[in-house]
Amino acid sequence: MAAPDFLVHETKDSVGVIVVEGIKKGATLTGWIMENDKTIKIKCLNPIPIGHKVALGDIKDGDTIIKYGHDIGKAVASIKKGGHVHVQNVKTKRW
Amino acid sequence: MAKAVTKKAAAKKPAAKKPAAKKVTVKKAEVKSPAVKKAVVRKPATRRKVAKKAPRSVAAGSPVVPQHVEKAKLIVPTSRAGTRGRGKPTFMGFRRENGRVGIRNHVVILPLDDLSNSACEAVAHNIKGTMALPHPYGRLQFGEDLELHFRTLIGTGANPNVAAVVVIGIEPAWTQRVVDGIAKTGKPVAGFAIEQNGDHKTIEAASRQAREFVHWATELQREQCSVDELWISVKCGESDTTSGLASNPTVGNFIDKMDAWGATTCFGETSEITGAELVCASRGATKAVGDKFLKTFNAYMDEVIEPYKTSDLSDSQPTKGNIQGGLTTIEEKAFGNLEKIGKKAKFIDVLGPAEAPRKGPGLYFMDTSSAAAECVTLQAAAGYVVHLFPTGQGNIIGNPIEPVIKLTANPRTVRTMKEHVDYDCSGILRREMNLSQAGDGLIDMTIRTCNGRSTAAEALGHNEFVLTKLYRSA
Repeated sequence: MAAPDFLVHETKDSVGVIVVEGIKKGATLTGWIMENDKTIKIKCLNPIPIGHKVALGDIKDGDTIIKYGHDIGKAVASIKKGGHVHVQNVKTKRW
Repeated sequence: MAKAVTKKAAAKKPAAKKPAAKKVTVKKAEVKSPAVKKAVVRKPATRRKVAKKAPRSVAAGSPVVPQHVEKAKLIVPTSRAGTRGRGKPTFMGFRRENGRVGIRNHVVILPLDDLSNSACEAVAHNIKGTMALPHPYGRLQFGEDLELHFRTLIGTGANPNVAAVVVIGIEPAWTQRVVDGIAKTGKPVAGFAIEQNGDHKTIEAASRQAREFVHWATELQREQCSVDELWISVKCGESDTTSGLASNPTVGNFIDKMDAWGATTCFGETSEITGAELVCASRGATKAVGDKFLKTFNAYMDEVIEPYKTSDLSDSQPTKGNIQGGLTTIEEKAFGNLEKIGKKAKFIDVLGPAEAPRKGPGLYFMDTSSAAAECVTLQAAAGYVVHLFPTGQGNIIGNPIEPVIKLTANPRTVRTMKEHVDYDCSGILRREMNLSQAGDGLIDMTIRTCNGRSTAAEALGHNEFVLTKLYRSA
């Protein structure tokens, strides 16, 4: 497979990580799920910088975000599949 | 002994020609003066080879050696003792008096306190091949904080990367304490106190001593050592999501392999395990060790975070750099952080800051700050001799006595901050290499560093020596 646009740690995860620069809104991205070596495709709704996260499905306000198969915080706004997931819509449950 | 030294210093009048500072030269120093015999007895290195090609600055990925270097036909040692695919690696290290193995051969000029920095720097300026380690503390500390100060200074001098030490302090008693602590390793160490001598006399006497140490240390030879004699610390910084995806798991792969070979390893960063603390506790070798970790973690939360936090710590954890790199919460950062300890290795004990491991080879957790320079300074003071530092957005840290090998998986950081990167594992993200290959490449780079290759931080002169202070001085 060609170099992926985003990586997903585990099958349970609700987000993937963009690993290439210059992703534009509307692009169809190829993702690699590292746990089971599967490939997925997703349409990107925002220009997402390298290292930032993309929603793998629709996420509701208050939902727990899963990455590494673990709870990494909660959504504080609803996020559409393919949307940019970051500090504007996700907060820690700690501190 | 300390008292005697003080008395001697106070009682005797400074003689005209004899530098007064010499009178407070700690007795131990005279006893431990560098023995030329010792150096002569040492076996010369036998495994040095002539290189066939120019040095590779970054192990994997695109060739980064500039054209003019290739053309210049530099002759360099390859220094690649048994590594990949050849079982347990070996390296050429300096075996110290106490049996520990170092990978550098520093003569350190160590200030006891802030006031003695100037004299130490003057000595280091006078005597080439020495290094001063200025720092801002050492006066009116007390209790646990003072104990940590002594443990860090003594540990720094005792580190096997250090051949010999000159200690300079404002007064003799605490100077003596540091000298005595370092002298337990059997290495040459001398102390000088400034009070009633002044900077000039102290600098002169200390410079004479430092010169002797340099002559002695520069004759020491490397000898073949096994990785089960190697103490390796890890800590990540300016992390981003690529850290958790690739550079931290590369370190984890390294740790799993080194653990099987019997190396002594260490991770820390108490605050940055927040959110993953139960998963971390489950990596303790026994339930008791896991519980000891949780006790340490909870104490930090109760004693530091709770009394001092503002609304929350989100301004500091994650850092602005972390957020820029795509990390959103402390929990996300913590799970990425924990990738550094691999999948198999279990930690066998929990260490206090700068505390030396005492349970033999294996992985240890140390209670440290997550600030890069503070953490590495504490790990170096505990006796670790080489450090692995994965970064995402591009932390530039180095340490004066413990070489810091930096790796990144972020292709943008490789491109924009190449001079800080020792090992590029961004190929993982492009599926050009798997984790085990990346781990092997990092083992290669570590062995080369142990053999003498300067890290990016060493070449750039990053000497961040930052003491951890627990509370206000008296």
